[in-house]
Amino acid sequence: MRRLLSALAKPFTETTGLARWMLVAGVLLSLVFVICAVFAPWLAPYGFAQSSAHGVEFPKVGHPSSAHPFGTDRLFFDVLSRVIWGARTALEVVILSILFCVVLGVPLGLVSGFYGGALDRVLVLIMDALYAFPSFLLAIVVSFLLIDIYGGSVIAVSVSLTVVYIPQYYRVVRNTTLSAKEATYIEAARAIGARDIRIMRRYLFGNVIQSVPVLATLNAADAILTLAGLGFLGLGIQSTEAAEWGHDLQRALADAGSGVWWTGLYPGLAIVLLVTGLTLVGEGLNETINPTLRRRRLLPVVMPPRDQTTPFQEEQSTWPST
Amino acid sequence: MTRAGSGSLPRYILQRIVLVIPMIWVILTLVFFILRVAPGDPVSAALGGKLNAQALEQRREALGFNRPLLAQYWDYLSSVAHLDFGTTFSDNQPVLHVIRDNGGATLTLTVAAFAIALLVGIPLGLLAGRYRDSAPDVGIRLFGIVSYAAPVFFVGFLLQFYVAEPLGLPTSGDASPITVFEVPTKTHILLVDAFLSGNGAAIQDVLKHLILPSVCLGLVICGVFIRLVRVNMLQTMQTDYVEAAEARGLKRGSVTWRHAFRNALVPVITVIGLQFALLLGGAILTEQTFNWPGIGQKLVLYINNRDYGAVQGIITFFALAVVIISLLVDIVNALIDPRVRY
Repeated sequence: MRRLLSALAKPFTETTGLARWMLVAGVLLSLVFVICAVFAPWLAPYGFAQSSAHGVEFPKVGHPSSAHPFGTDRLFFDVLSRVIWGARTALEVVILSILFCVVLGVPLGLVSGFYGGALDRVLVLIMDALYAFPSFLLAIVVSFLLIDIYGGSVIAVSVSLTVVYIPQYYRVVRNTTLSAKEATYIEAARAIGARDIRIMRRYLFGNVIQSVPVLATLNAADAILTLAGLGFLGLGIQSTEAAEWGHDLQRALADAGSGVWWTGLYPGLAIVLLVTGLTLVGEGLNETINPTLRRRRLLPVVMPPRDQTTPFQEEQSTWPST
Repeated sequence: MTRAGSGSLPRYILQRIVLVIPMIWVILTLVFFILRVAPGDPVSAALGGKLNAQALEQRREALGFNRPLLAQYWDYLSSVAHLDFGTTFSDNQPVLHVIRDNGGATLTLTVAAFAIALLVGIPLGLLAGRYRDSAPDVGIRLFGIVSYAAPVFFVGFLLQFYVAEPLGLPTSGDASPITVFEVPTKTHILLVDAFLSGNGAAIQDVLKHLILPSVCLGLVICGVFIRLVRVNMLQTMQTDYVEAAEARGLKRGSVTWRHAFRNALVPVITVIGLQFALLLGGAILTEQTFNWPGIGQKLVLYINNRDYGAVQGIITFFALAVVIISLLVDIVNALIDPRVRY
């Protein structure tokens, strides 16, 4: 437990000045949205697709007021509530897609790196092709196909994002497996008579899984932008299914001409702040992990007091004569 | 293998071209099968409510949908080899015509946005990298992060609201209808056509329409350049030759300008090629935001019409374009930087 804590605190203790401030700011920003996401039902004044309360209809495109601090949009929805519920949608989609990536990408990478051969070559080819494909275009194509099956749901968008990001997880795991399987402990395990499944599960998995959290942090910011982009094109989550910032912005764009700013400004700011927060975390981690950028904090050097060094020096100087 | 042989430029270029062919084949196969595993019948998805059963069957026949899958796959590959991207289902047009008619607008937008991104991103990145951890560095880095974090359509929304209204700039389309009507179509690139026609009012109108979309897309991509140039500059400032130049007593300004700046810019060329994919995604969203009549907007339109033929053709075209541009960037890189050859 202590080791885990000190590993988690490492980015904080090893950075100084600006880098640390950026990391702290990023963590705080991201935390705000995580809290919004987890406690959305209690924090949001209304539901995400609620257009009336206590039998009174909300105003259509109503100005920000005390009842609706961020105003209401053209579907009579409360903008503040949708911004808060939107955090939950973003978090759900990101977590689901990372989960799919890990559940599919890690075993594929393990098996591919462990056995090699034809399977490995075919998988590398497919994953490389997916990776070479412009990512947003790929997300568009996959959600275009899934919309018929799942409609505009959280699952469909998560699957689209999974297809975009899975090559990276596969690649990282496969390459780590390739080098790890040559290690002596794997040979030892094989010598004892462990079967392939056991070697992969007990000995390789723990070693190759370590690079996944870093990858997940780096992809999370990008995933939120892709999610919002899909929503903006109308290929993401539908308004009544869940609150999604990108889709809200699409509807808000029509309002920009008629002087309505509140329907677009708040969901847009939410995206910018969350992505900024996650990027700052990623940059902060990068500055501690990447040795070419790292600037370690200078630890104070404590010199031993003078009168203790003198006898030592004397001893040393007299040493050859004795 | 001799040293000269392994490092020669023509050989490297040939190798890259040969390696691209299997890549293209895999990507085409992927596009074909991803779009064909979709359940349901693509023809009735696009034209379901519009034609009767007999006419639908005829269209299916004409498009070859009742043939075996492998035969269709072969047809697809051979027609792409002849640069034929198929026809759209919903309005029965060759995809190549759609690309020709709308490609010019996309090209204009992306080139203008790229120019803006470079003009803004490179100087800011150099400045931030040169004065690490100073106030300008903090400001520029934050700007870089926020401009990356801001979705194109949100920047577009803000520009439409806070810039277009006060300045009276147009926010929709690539020209006013009168300009489109007056300028004769020669190159299918409206900006070029306007210049060719020599019509002053038309040129002004087209440029005015271009400002906001290209600034919007340019701002979003420039964040990447800021971050990249800054990191390169940091690394270059730490190299031995910069230190040596400083030790020789050269002036600070001359060291940064002549020794550090130029070398910090070399990797930018590589990344320009990689940014093309990002640019493409951004262009689709920008076109949608500003109602810009490019390929991206057409793609979204066809997607909403469930037109598999058009989607397949346009996606194929985009995928080919990305692969070929990355090939070109690799070759240009090898021409500029002798270390690139293997």
